[in-house]
Amino acid sequence: MASVADRNLVDRRDGAGSGLAAGTARRLGEAAPWVVLGVLGVWSAVALTEQFVVGIIVGSLYALAAVGLTLIYGIARVSHFAHGDVMMLSAYIGFFAFTGSVAGAGASDVTLPLGLASLPGATERIWLFSFGYGLVLAILIAAVAAVPILLAIDRAVYRPLLSRGASTAIVAVSSLGVAIAVRGVMLLVWGPSGRRYSQGIRDTVELPGLPRIVADQLFILATAAILAMAAYVLLYRTRLGTAMRATADNPDLARASGIDTGSVRRWTWAVAGFLTAVAGCLLALQSQLSPELGFVLLLPIFASAILGGIGSPHGAFIGGLVVGVIGETTVGAGWIGPGYKLAVTFVVLIVVILFRPGGLFGSRS
Amino acid sequence: MINRSRWLPIAIVGFVTLLLVGLPLERTGNVRAVVDFLVPALATMAIFAVVCIGLNVQWGYTGIFNFGVVGFFLVGAYTAAIVTMPPADGEFSTYVGGFGQTLANVPLPGAAHWVPHLVGALAAAGISAVLALLLAWPMVRLREDYLAIALIGTAEVLRRIATEEQWLVNGSRGLAGIPRPLAGLADGDTYKYLFLALALATLALIYLLIDLGIRSPWGRVLRAIREDEGAAAAAGKNVNGFKLQGFVLGAAIMGAGGAFYAFQQGAISPETFTHFFGTFIIWAMLIAGGSGNMAGAIVGTYVIWGLWSVTLQLQGYDLPRFLADRVPHLRDTIIGLTIVVVLLVNPRGLVPERARVSRWLDRRVSSMRRAEKATTSPAAD
Repeated sequence: MASVADRNLVDRRDGAGSGLAAGTARRLGEAAPWVVLGVLGVWSAVALTEQFVVGIIVGSLYALAAVGLTLIYGIARVSHFAHGDVMMLSAYIGFFAFTGSVAGAGASDVTLPLGLASLPGATERIWLFSFGYGLVLAILIAAVAAVPILLAIDRAVYRPLLSRGASTAIVAVSSLGVAIAVRGVMLLVWGPSGRRYSQGIRDTVELPGLPRIVADQLFILATAAILAMAAYVLLYRTRLGTAMRATADNPDLARASGIDTGSVRRWTWAVAGFLTAVAGCLLALQSQLSPELGFVLLLPIFASAILGGIGSPHGAFIGGLVVGVIGETTVGAGWIGPGYKLAVTFVVLIVVILFRPGGLFGSRS
Repeated sequence: MINRSRWLPIAIVGFVTLLLVGLPLERTGNVRAVVDFLVPALATMAIFAVVCIGLNVQWGYTGIFNFGVVGFFLVGAYTAAIVTMPPADGEFSTYVGGFGQTLANVPLPGAAHWVPHLVGALAAAGISAVLALLLAWPMVRLREDYLAIALIGTAEVLRRIATEEQWLVNGSRGLAGIPRPLAGLADGDTYKYLFLALALATLALIYLLIDLGIRSPWGRVLRAIREDEGAAAAAGKNVNGFKLQGFVLGAAIMGAGGAFYAFQQGAISPETFTHFFGTFIIWAMLIAGGSGNMAGAIVGTYVIWGLWSVTLQLQGYDLPRFLADRVPHLRDTIIGLTIVVVLLVNPRGLVPERARVSRWLDRRVSSMRRAEKATTSPAAD
C-alpha cells in the first residue's frame, strides 16, 4: 500500500522503540496528531463555522493539487516546483476557452471569437451558480489541455535529466526554470493584471445547520469531492492504480514484474495534470487569476503534500483540508491579519517538516 | 572540446557587450547616452554579482538549495536603509532604527560620508547571517527539497512582514531618502562613476575573501560535502556544521548585496522584492555562468543582467504595439528557459568548475606524471 511507498520515499526518524513501553509510547505518538486535529477541527467547526466551511472549500482545492504533486513526486521522482504555476496556467487556459480573451495592446483585451461564452445560452446561469454550461466546458478543456502540456515538459526536461542520472536537486532547479517560463507565458499572453471568470452578484444558498455560502462554492466542493473519489478508485481499485503504486514503491521491482513503467509515468503526469488543472480553475472561480499567484501557491500545496506524508495520495488529500481550514480559521478568528494567511501555511509546513518529516500520519498505518 | 569550452564564454560575453554598447548607441547615436546607460547598469551588475556569489557559496560550494534568496536580499536592503536613514518623523513615515545622524557624528575624519554606510552594510550582512543562523539551526538537516520549500516560505513571510508592518519598515509605502555612500565626494553628474567604483571594489573584496576561503581546507570540506555527504561524514567531518557555515556565509553576502542595492536605489519598497527579481534571476545567473565557480557567477551575472537590461531598449524601436508591450514578459520567459536549456545542454554552465582538490595536489600529480613519463619514454623509444 501507499505506506510502503512512504517508507522508501521519506527520510524519517525511526523511533528506536523496543519493548512494551516503547510500543505504547509509539502508539500514543501516532494517535496524538489525530486527537489534536480532531479537537481543533471540531472546535473550529463549532466556534468559527463560517471560516471552517470556507477552509474546507479552499482546502479541497489544495488537496486536489497536492494529490497531483505527491503522485509526481512518488512516481515520476520530480520535486515539482512548477506545480503552482502549471495550476495557474490551467486556470488561464480555462479563462481563454471561456472568454477567448488575451491581453491586447495597452490595457484593452483582444477577444477572439472562439470563446465558449459566445455559444448560445452558454452564460445562462445554471441554478444559483454565477455561470452557465460554458464555464463547465471550459474547465474540462483546461483539464484536458494540461495533460499534453505536462507530458511535453516531462518529455523535454525532467526525463532527459533523470535518465542522465541528475540529482534530485538539479531536477528541482530545472523545475524552477519551468516555473519561471510558465509564469512568463502567462504574463505574455494574458498580461499582469488579475482576472475573473465571472462578474456580477453571486447568489448564496442556505443549507440547514450551515452558514450561508455562495452557491459557486457548493459547485467547487462537489466537483472536488467527485474528483477525489474518482482518483481514489483509480489508484486503489484499478490495475493502473496498482501499477502506479508499485512503481512508486520500487521501480526496479515493478519493471521486473512486467509493469511498463514508462507508461505508468505518463499516466501519472496525466492524472496529476488533470487534477491540478481542475483545482486551478476552481481556485480561480473561488478567488481570481493572477500570474504572480502561481509560485506562492506552492506553499499550501507542498504543505498539504508533506503534511500527509509525501508520496501518499490519501494523506495529501487530508493534508489539503487541514491546511485550508487552519489558514481560514486563524485569520477568521482574528489571531493574525489577513495579509498573513500564507504565513500560517508556512508555519504549519515548518512544524511538520521539523517534527514529523514523514507526515502527520506517515509513521505507520 | 577544450577549445569550445574556452571560446564559448568569450563569444557570449562579447556578444552581450556588443549589445550593451551597440543597442543604446544605435538608438541614440550619442556616446554620452551610452555611458549614462552603461555605468549604472554595470553598478547594478556588480551588486547582483555579489548576491550571486552568495548563492554560489550556498548552492555551488555547499549544495544547499536556496529558493528564497529574495528573503536575505530584502533583509539586507531594509537593514541598511534603517541604519543609515535619519530617525522617522512619525507623521509620513514610521520605522525603527534611524541611526544615520548619530553615526554621522562619530569623531572620525569625514564620518558623515562613510561611517553610516559601512555600519549599515555590515549590519545588513550581520542581520542576514543571524536570520540564516536561526533558520539553519533547525533546517539544515532537512532534505534538500524540503529546505527549498521552507526557504520559499521564509522569503514570502519576510515580504509580507515588510508589506504589513507599518511601524517596522513603513509598510507598503516603503522607505525613501536612503542617503548615498561617499555622497559628498562627487557632484551629481560624476557620482555614478564613484558609486560604480565602490560597487566594483566591494565585489572584488568579497570575491577575494571567498576565493581564499574556498581554496583553503575549509572550502575543500564544503565541496566534499556537496559531492557526497556520506563520504564526508565518514571522513570525520561534521557535515551539518559545515553546511550551516556555508549557508550563513552565503546569506551574509546576499545581505551585503541587498545593502548596496538600497544605497544605489535610494528608495525601496516591498514591491521591489519579488520572487522573480530576487530569486529567479539570481538562479538563472548562477546556472548560466556555471555553479561552483566564482568566475562563473560573475560571467553569468554579466550575461543575464546584460541581456535583461539591454533588451528593454527594444521597446524604443518602432515595434508593433502588441510586441512592444510584451518585451518585458518575453524576457521573463527567456530567463526561465535559460535555466532549463543550460541544465539540459551544458549543465556545467559557461565557465565550468574545474575538478580540483587543491593546487598543491595538481602540482604533485603533474610532477609525478612527468617523472613517470621521463622513466618510461626512453624504454618506449
